[in-house]
Amino acid sequence: MTNKTMPYAIELRDISKRFGAVQANKDICLQVPAGTIHGIIGENGAGKSTLMSIIYGFYEADTGYIEVDGKRVDIRSSQDAINAGIGMVHQHFMLVENFSVLENVMLGAEGGALLKGGVAAARVELQRLAKEYSLDIDVDAIVEELPVGLQQRVEILKALYRGARILILDEPTGVLTPQEADHLFRILKALKDQGVTVLLITHKLREIMASTDNVSVMRQGEMVSHRETIHTSKEELAELMVGKKVRLTVDKEDAQPSEVLLSAQNLSQFDSQGVKRLKNVSLALRAGEILGIAGVSGNGQSELLSVLSGITPMDEGEIHFAGQVINAKAPKNAAQMRDLKMAHVPEDRHKMGLVTGFEAYEAAILGYHNSPVYNGKVLMNRKAMLDECNARMAAWDVRPPNPYLKTANFSGGNQQKIVIAREVEQNPDVLLIGQPTRGVDIGAIENIHEQIVKLRDAGKAILLVSVELDEIMALSDRIIVMFDGAVVGELDAKDADERTLGLMMANAHYKEQEGEQQEGVSA
Amino acid sequence: MFETLILMLDATMRVSTPLIFAALAGLYSERAGIVDIGLEGKILGSAFAAAAGAAVFGSAWIGLCFGILASVSLAMIHGFACITHRGDHIVSGVAINTIVAGLTVTLSMHWFGMGGQTPALSGDARFLDITFPFADALQDVPVIGAIYSNLLSGHNILVYLAFAMVPVTYWVVYKTRFGLRLRAVGENPHAVDTAGISVSFIRYRALIICGILCGLAGAYLSTAHNAGFLKDMSAGKGYMALAALIFGKWRPVPVLLACLLFGFLDAVAVRMQGVEIPGIGQVPVQAIEVLPYVLTVLLLAGFIGKAIGPKAIGRPYVKERA
Repeated sequence: MTNKTMPYAIELRDISKRFGAVQANKDICLQVPAGTIHGIIGENGAGKSTLMSIIYGFYEADTGYIEVDGKRVDIRSSQDAINAGIGMVHQHFMLVENFSVLENVMLGAEGGALLKGGVAAARVELQRLAKEYSLDIDVDAIVEELPVGLQQRVEILKALYRGARILILDEPTGVLTPQEADHLFRILKALKDQGVTVLLITHKLREIMASTDNVSVMRQGEMVSHRETIHTSKEELAELMVGKKVRLTVDKEDAQPSEVLLSAQNLSQFDSQGVKRLKNVSLALRAGEILGIAGVSGNGQSELLSVLSGITPMDEGEIHFAGQVINAKAPKNAAQMRDLKMAHVPEDRHKMGLVTGFEAYEAAILGYHNSPVYNGKVLMNRKAMLDECNARMAAWDVRPPNPYLKTANFSGGNQQKIVIAREVEQNPDVLLIGQPTRGVDIGAIENIHEQIVKLRDAGKAILLVSVELDEIMALSDRIIVMFDGAVVGELDAKDADERTLGLMMANAHYKEQEGEQQEGVSA
Repeated sequence: MFETLILMLDATMRVSTPLIFAALAGLYSERAGIVDIGLEGKILGSAFAAAAGAAVFGSAWIGLCFGILASVSLAMIHGFACITHRGDHIVSGVAINTIVAGLTVTLSMHWFGMGGQTPALSGDARFLDITFPFADALQDVPVIGAIYSNLLSGHNILVYLAFAMVPVTYWVVYKTRFGLRLRAVGENPHAVDTAGISVSFIRYRALIICGILCGLAGAYLSTAHNAGFLKDMSAGKGYMALAALIFGKWRPVPVLLACLLFGFLDAVAVRMQGVEIPGIGQVPVQAIEVLPYVLTVLLLAGFIGKAIGPKAIGRPYVKERA
């Protein structure tokens, strides 16, 4: 496809960028032929986002330069990038939520001091774009009322409306269902057929393999290799990303589930606006099993965790746990649940799992700080806290093993290890764990997964909430799918594949297609 | 009864004028994402500068220029603290209010030596009332005469300007490029930045407009409504305007209506002073004066609709390391 005499759509020459002590990008070279989909893959913190921010004019590179269509361009601001024909779809959408689609698209490209003339022109142009790239959308819809898949489409339209010939997508599928993601890739193919060059930033190997022409791998701020996608494999790419062999599956024996440790009947919860966020959820959690809760982010999983752990009281239904009945009339708070030997690793470690301004040894006892182990008669027993923290850091391979370092200064994976160690080491009967590996790099993921399986094998009950399908499938023994606050299906992990789960997560009519896999909730 | 109503509405217009200016000033600022608790200070600063300028140069217009200059300067200090240095909007605003409250009195004592006042203004040093053509002739026509001659005619130019600013603001905010960007920057500055527009520049421009409008409010107080500067003469009008801004949900026309309502309540309060209502007795003036604040609190608590402000308000814009 690529004509060797044609200049590259975009070429990076020796780009370097340093933030203080951190070398975020080092001598990055990259050549992207026009009209191709080029994947850039790497772990969190490998420098992908920094590099894209440099291309889009958010940061200026310390050294090196960028060529677009063979001509050197000086990109000092997003405006320069737009002028050079570069558009970007950010991971977190850059949309004004209470504006209409039209207003969002026009922002920054209004076509005159008054809106009137520009609006008419924009409508015509959007219609043309919608037809050409099959990007249908109601231009008068308010953005916050659109589903995320369509919001992303607005971002793409924004870029195309500004005449982008190079489109950068930063982790575009993080918020999408597998079906929405597939649709996105069809759109990208259509863009490619129209000669648009696409740069796809992701850490998901599956997407790279499915949609790109070429792929470049970044590791620790450097571009370590380039491959043609057809001549590489998931395993090779994973190895290049991490720099060592990794396993994408978890070795585990079959589960030996025994008695039910925790059961919930018809749990419902309303938010402050009176919207029912959790709808009659029932489940049973047995000793010695990992129950995975799959679902697109925001379909009630967070509410479920927060009700089960006692953070927010339920409005209806009841929980049976440790010989107690917990309902709206007799609620228990998070501390009381902890006392009943329920541990909780919250989904968002920064907001709920840690006090980021605390030093590691302090953060390592949060929630258990009243335990006599850590307390003297009047003052806290600092020595006990430090000794324990040191021991845990060694056992869990937390780096750097410095109990005095503020938790904010650990990497995501090490912060997560501190939180998980804190909860697991209390030897709970039930562990609720939300997004255990979000923002954690591959090496640490392996370690965390092993620990979770070890806990299961010790006869504990584990409830795992994750939006990563790979993780749910690798760890769970049994999988429950949530949609719109309700349980829409349950299946044995052996019967689960990506397609089935994806359809259930999108609440497509899986019952017709996969009817035999729907089991009773009582299990 | 009709006569009384006309008189009260006439008073409403006069009392509402500074509120309208200040609330619209707040609208520009807060729509751009800058909390402006410093409206009060800007009004007071402008009132002093306008009165001082008018007293020295003998012209209300020169006074107005001084008022606007003072108010815009204060707005720029606020901007420097909040936009350039990402400071806390409330702290900066309160600091401005406190400084101005003290500084105006100190300066006026130093310059005029009249115990914190400025010399009484008269003639060209004040904005005088304008009488509409034929106002006298139509005076005796029933209803229309009263409305035209007594209510609409006979205000100073700043009153008419305040009312004219409402459609102008509506047009600017909803029909111009600047307005689109202004609204966007208060909702999601990241979207504005990635669209290739400078967040700071828009916010500074919004604050300049805010300063000009507060300047008009202050000049109105000291050179039109009154004849000179008095200590603390803004008397909470900035806070009242902020309440009206919330009550009007940050939209120009509802904000105007909120200002008129608050102004009307003020006029009622004045009129009710010492009046016996059969069966109830005297209503304390304070009971009526407190109503705007009570209404605003009820609104914020969600009893009368919902007041949702610009989403990014009060948060300094920092380019994140994505």
